[in-house]
Amino acid sequence: MIAAIAFYCFSAVAVGSAIMVISARNPVHSVLFLILTFFNAAGLFILIGAEFIAMILIVVYVGAVAVLFLFVVMMLDIGFAQMREGFLQYLPVGGLIGIILAVELILVGGSWSLSSKIQQIRSSPTPSLEKMTNTHAIGNVLYTEYIYLFQGAGLTLLVAMVGAIVLTLRTRRGVKKQKIAKQIARRPEDSVKLHNVQTGSGV
Amino acid sequence: MDGLLREYLPILIFIGIATALAIVILLASFIVARQRPDSEKVSPYECGFAPFNDARRQFDVRFYLVAILFIIFDLEVAFLFPWAISLSSIGIFGFCSMLLFLVILTVGFIYEWKKGALEWE
Repeated sequence: MIAAIAFYCFSAVAVGSAIMVISARNPVHSVLFLILTFFNAAGLFILIGAEFIAMILIVVYVGAVAVLFLFVVMMLDIGFAQMREGFLQYLPVGGLIGIILAVELILVGGSWSLSSKIQQIRSSPTPSLEKMTNTHAIGNVLYTEYIYLFQGAGLTLLVAMVGAIVLTLRTRRGVKKQKIAKQIARRPEDSVKLHNVQTGSGV
Repeated sequence: MDGLLREYLPILIFIGIATALAIVILLASFIVARQRPDSEKVSPYECGFAPFNDARRQFDVRFYLVAILFIIFDLEVAFLFPWAISLSSIGIFGFCSMLLFLVILTVGFIYEWKKGALEWE
């Protein structure tokens, strides 16, 4: 009963805020609505018992990806006044692309056929929730059985890191930095010279 | 399944309370307070002087780099959670597999440290 009410609340808010993501005029508001959508999706994941995915959704998507989107939106040099016009002029093109995608999906779905062993394949790797939590179930197979995919994920993250640094890191010229090691290594003998100056004559 | 959802019920109740409280506070300040806006009251102000320019300036691309690096290490931590939970059952092989993963990411970490991507100038 409560689960059903929660499901309808979460999904209604998720769909509503997803619509607001594409219709809000201010891109910063769009990102905030996207965060609300992520939260509600996390609630829906908890309702079907996938708590690990729900928590990862909060930690990674709300915590990091949404912040990245905010930075990207603020990095764009778009006047907010010019954002307000011309939303509807892209509607025909966008609608056309949407219809094409829908037709493709219907074609794919129409030719879909289920294997006769589907029930067995579906249920075999997933232990039931009474036996173990699904974080435990993921941990049992991810690092041993799927080690190639796991290490592939690590390599992908490495490539993403190197790529982001190569693409965006620009060292500015003429910036004066503090070099602590050089400061500490400096001795009085190297930098201070004492002169015994005769009265009346210069150095 | 039901036991799982029952554990999350307090969180749901807290979400409900938080939402209700937010609505109540907003509505109360809207209803109870006297609203007499004029153009000076509702205009944004900066303390002491007239605003120089628009607050929505273009951000430095450096923020984007910091966010990307944060996402990558966030994902690394996300991989650590299931590993820590089931470490007792996946044995030495699972342990070494995670160590290899961490070494790969440490290579990237050393690279970005040496490149100076963590410094702001």
